[in-house]
Amino acid sequence: MKQTPLNARHRELGAKMVEFGGWDMPVQYSGIVEEHQATRNAAGLFDISHMARFWVTGPDSERFIQLVNTFDISKTAIGQSDYGIMCYEDGGIVDDIFAYHLGDDEWMVVANAGNAEKDWAWLNQHTAGFDLQLTNRSAELGMIALQGPAAEAVLAGLTAADVVNLPFHGITPATVAGASGYVSRTGYTGEDGFEIFVPAAQVSAVWDSILAAGAAAGVRPVGLGARDSLRFEPGLALYGHEIDRDINPYEAKLGWVVKLDKGPFIGSEALRDIKEHGPARTIVGLEMTGRGIARQGYPVATVDGAELGVVTTGMPSPTLGKNLAYALVKSKTVKVGDEVDVIIRGKPVRASVVKTPFYKSRYKK
Amino acid sequence: MADYKTPQDLLYVKSHEWLKVEGDTATVGISDYAQHALGDIVFVELPDVGASFGAGDAFGVVESVKAASDIYLPVAGEVIAINEALLDTPETVNSDPYENGWLVKIKLAGEPAGLLDAAAYEKVVAEEASK
Repeated sequence: MKQTPLNARHRELGAKMVEFGGWDMPVQYSGIVEEHQATRNAAGLFDISHMARFWVTGPDSERFIQLVNTFDISKTAIGQSDYGIMCYEDGGIVDDIFAYHLGDDEWMVVANAGNAEKDWAWLNQHTAGFDLQLTNRSAELGMIALQGPAAEAVLAGLTAADVVNLPFHGITPATVAGASGYVSRTGYTGEDGFEIFVPAAQVSAVWDSILAAGAAAGVRPVGLGARDSLRFEPGLALYGHEIDRDINPYEAKLGWVVKLDKGPFIGSEALRDIKEHGPARTIVGLEMTGRGIARQGYPVATVDGAELGVVTTGMPSPTLGKNLAYALVKSKTVKVGDEVDVIIRGKPVRASVVKTPFYKSRYKK
Repeated sequence: MADYKTPQDLLYVKSHEWLKVEGDTATVGISDYAQHALGDIVFVELPDVGASFGAGDAFGVVESVKAASDIYLPVAGEVIAINEALLDTPETVNSDPYENGWLVKIKLAGEPAGLLDAAAYEKVVAEEASK
């Protein structure tokens, strides 16, 4: 199993370690619910060094990212970043990404750990005819996230960079606790917060400094368990759940990330067709009203037993205190307020279709 | 390394359930190590009284925020009581796995076999925890 530069720290902090996407990662330290609440109420510190960091440099870097990305990054100024999706020709999803515009002809693409090798191959497969360089800097740089209402004040005390005025999705070169790299106002929790990119050899020192500086404010280390519940409540998609090889962006309610008018890109023809005809399936929110917790893969049916679809993620929401889920169901079969059944271990358990997202993101914009 | 309680008067199985035999009945729960490994328990599903299970059968489910885990009956038997209090307060399995956090009581369908004593189970835990 691969280890991040913070592996020893996690063990010292008493984390429970699990395998995730080929990495030995902390799933929790003190407990998922406690870590979740700490992030919503103060701030959480996450090791996300397992994610992929690819540099795209050279005169054709923007044109290349436009080819592989459904989003239009021509308006993403230097010092800004945008969410995007890489699609296959048929509109299925390779991965979701963040593209950071670092400088003239210089971009960083951050992608999922579990898809890193596939993404790297995918990018390299499409460089023919482009004057650019692809560099995998995943191992060379560590990546940590500080997320929550206390994040800004804690980070501001550890860097001379003006993180207070860093805009939403902005990125700036910064030296944090003596380590030089980048700070961006991005994250995956539905809270205001930052992601910090520093050399792998220094990431432990930065981690320690943030925990020490943030102790009084209630900053806690947070594992992958709460990372999942924190992204779940505000409706941020997770590859292998709401998005996947066989799920297209329109089905995942990510049509806003697909910019068909920017010109041709990989998957644009198929996506145009899907948009015109309407997606076959759609992601809906469910609240369990019967006794049970919906989990990924559980079937969803009408109360009369007709098949509707499948749960993509489900869990008890720590913030809302309800058993909630996302399900991918046939389009135009259910609407908010309808009752459905989730089939839990062979038994139908009643649920209501509810509005999404479950939690309103509290970004500083 | 956290220290897990393994009371000497109980019997255990590798799948981390415990068994307290009293005559021809037994009380079943999950071990301190198991509750710790699962994390915050938010939901418990138990069988109906009167249901019969073979040794090693899944008889219920405990769920944490992250996942649902089957729980297995260490010996064959018929369920004679379930801990209904857990339906409203599943977290008792975390706080008190060997007393108030018991799951079911069963009438044994035969002599229990293949169970571990506390010392043998501690070795299983030490091995798993060091992974």
